[in-house]
Amino acid sequence: MSNPRQYELVYVIAPEVSEDGVTELHTQVNEIITGEGGQIESTDNLGKRRLAYEIQHNKEGTYVLELINGPAELVRELDRRLKVMDKVLRHLVVRVDEDLRKAKNARTKRQNRQQRRRVARGVVSGGASSEEQKSAVVLETEEQE
Amino acid sequence: MSPERGRNRSTRNTRNKTSNRTIAFRRPRACRFCVDKVEYIDYKDVRTLMMAIPDRGKIQPRRISGICAKHQRKLTVAIKRARQLALIPYVTD
Repeated sequence: MSNPRQYELVYVIAPEVSEDGVTELHTQVNEIITGEGGQIESTDNLGKRRLAYEIQHNKEGTYVLELINGPAELVRELDRRLKVMDKVLRHLVVRVDEDLRKAKNARTKRQNRQQRRRVARGVVSGGASSEEQKSAVVLETEEQE
Repeated sequence: MSPERGRNRSTRNTRNKTSNRTIAFRRPRACRFCVDKVEYIDYKDVRTLMMAIPDRGKIQPRRISGICAKHQRKLTVAIKRARQLALIPYVTD
């Protein structure tokens, strides 16, 4: 069916909630996610930060970041449940797998190009075929113009 | 058209992308993110985002910051996400 997707969840908890309260909220979130067929890959407590603007007269908030793997239906349920929790001031779920993949692709592409150019210049004697070298040379001359 | 008029127009038109010779007042030459080869602008990275929002809290237009279109798009999304989470302000007065 649908491919597994990766999401980033950030939620802001009211400042009066204690450490235990934060971990309790985390387990609640975890239950929702596992109940919907997802799993938490990692959790990161970003700590208490000053809010850029007041939310319900709170000037601070505890930020928690979770990396989630799971199906798309999970997000709707998670969103709904987080909205109801009154200790959670704000939350945001963002899909990250595509962006990260794109970033990775661009990086490898650039590295490959660099490698080809180096080989063409004779800086490194790489295992690139003559075909690739030729295209690299063309690329380089284009750039010089 | 008189030659003088033509010259006037070219000097005034500093915002034009094609007129590379006359660099606009504050415009840097290259996109900041392209130079650093940034592929993904994180909405949690407050320090980077704050650079793109001057005093007022508005997003700086790219004709001033010199950021390329691709990165400005990504930056805008990141800023809007960060605003939702109260990491950066919607307005400052």
